[in-house]
Amino acid sequence: MTKSFRLNTLTRSLALISAAGLLAACNGSSHSDSSADTTDRMYQVAITNLTAGQPLSPVALVGHNSDYHAFTVGQASSVALEQLAEGGDNSALISEAGSHAGVYGTATASAPLAPGGTETLTLSVTAANSEDLKLTAVTMLVNTNDAITGLNGIDLSSLANGESLSMNTIGYDTGTEANSETAASIPGPAAGGEGFNADRDDIRDMVLMHSGVVTADGGLVDSALHEMHRWDNPITRMTITRIQ
Amino acid sequence: MNHFFRPATLLRSTLLGTAILGASLQAGAADLTVSITNLTRGVYFTPVLAGAHNPANALFSAGEAASANLQAMAEGGDIAGLSADLSAAGAVVVENPAGGMLQPGMSTSFSLNTDANAANTHLSLVAMMLPTNDGFVALNNMAIPATPGTYTYDLNAYDAGTEANDEIRGGGAPGTPGFPAPGPIDTSAGNNGTGVASNAEGYVHIHRNVLGDTDASGGVSDIDSVVHRWLNPVARVVITVN
Repeated sequence: MTKSFRLNTLTRSLALISAAGLLAACNGSSHSDSSADTTDRMYQVAITNLTAGQPLSPVALVGHNSDYHAFTVGQASSVALEQLAEGGDNSALISEAGSHAGVYGTATASAPLAPGGTETLTLSVTAANSEDLKLTAVTMLVNTNDAITGLNGIDLSSLANGESLSMNTIGYDTGTEANSETAASIPGPAAGGEGFNADRDDIRDMVLMHSGVVTADGGLVDSALHEMHRWDNPITRMTITRIQ
Repeated sequence: MNHFFRPATLLRSTLLGTAILGASLQAGAADLTVSITNLTRGVYFTPVLAGAHNPANALFSAGEAASANLQAMAEGGDIAGLSADLSAAGAVVVENPAGGMLQPGMSTSFSLNTDANAANTHLSLVAMMLPTNDGFVALNNMAIPATPGTYTYDLNAYDAGTEANDEIRGGGAPGTPGFPAPGPIDTSAGNNGTGVASNAEGYVHIHRNVLGDTDASGGVSDIDSVVHRWLNPVARVVITVN
């Protein structure tokens, strides 16, 4: 009951892990020793699509430091993020991240993730500064105009080898396309319409929380979507395990 | 019980362990910087009220009836009563840091220093959400971390339970049906809605969101289902403990 009020929160298991990590550090374990290293690391990221009717576009993962931001709430979306959010195409976001000085590694899923499905991706980060290592994950809810979900710079610096943490993700509206929900404007299987379009015609050209889809069943007569395409937060559950 | 209905929860993994320790080391005084961001696409926050106070002086409890002063805030954005309640309890109070309504996507920040009263260990923050009948965003009676650092909390939308959610234009005075429609609400809300059939719920709870409709000149609701709906969280608060 209490947990049902929590959105986008760390789970109790993470709290226990973190507390254990601190205790270990107090006992003089390797925690403090690892904080200054710049060795390669590997992470497995298991992603579960918690929605009823929203396939997720191929997930993009970026390991980076605090100089990199895939997006910032309240600010306009990059064109690369717009391409991902409107068309499910993460290639520009991955490419731009790959040439960013603050990025240590990227990974992408090879296919969409169906509702109810789980996939595991592996992210290698090369010579990361472990004191400032963060994880970003981005994917589109494909039966929408421009909804995304993911993690935005989650700190991994204190995650010891073999430890894992689980997080629930919430939905953002990139603000790049009006939420018309028309068949012509939604690329997912519910509509088969257009993906990326450079026009920016949403009510605010900035990344904000998504308000959900209204759908034809909800009275938006031109909507190609139906009640099963609605969602509530959280949208995915992501479990990050450090394996090296 | 109240503890389990905290509207906001810790977001950042880096800080979680610190917060756990901090909670057990509650110090009596704190020097804070607080920022709040409106995360919604189309909902405005009326002037924010924030206060550091004794945990016995919560502004509301989920599952219980709203006070008259909470009702005045939730139905019309009037924070004077709640502010007086906090001041009477010796709280450190900040009123209207944004200097008016906090628009979608906008942030405001302010400082709070509780050094003068060590009993003010908890933080609350409220603002009405427009257009709603009696919806409000809240950080409710949250223990201020004692350890210096930066802490992020996501805030949910509550329904005060004092007014029927008829979703049509009206007034902001307690007991007056409908929602007030100042400036930006006037331009984004519809007209001539017949009113959603509803009753005041009688207790504070998590808001179930607005229904709205897509008819700007009629329908059941003057709220736009495409523009004014939200999904939690509706605000993000970042607290820096200095």
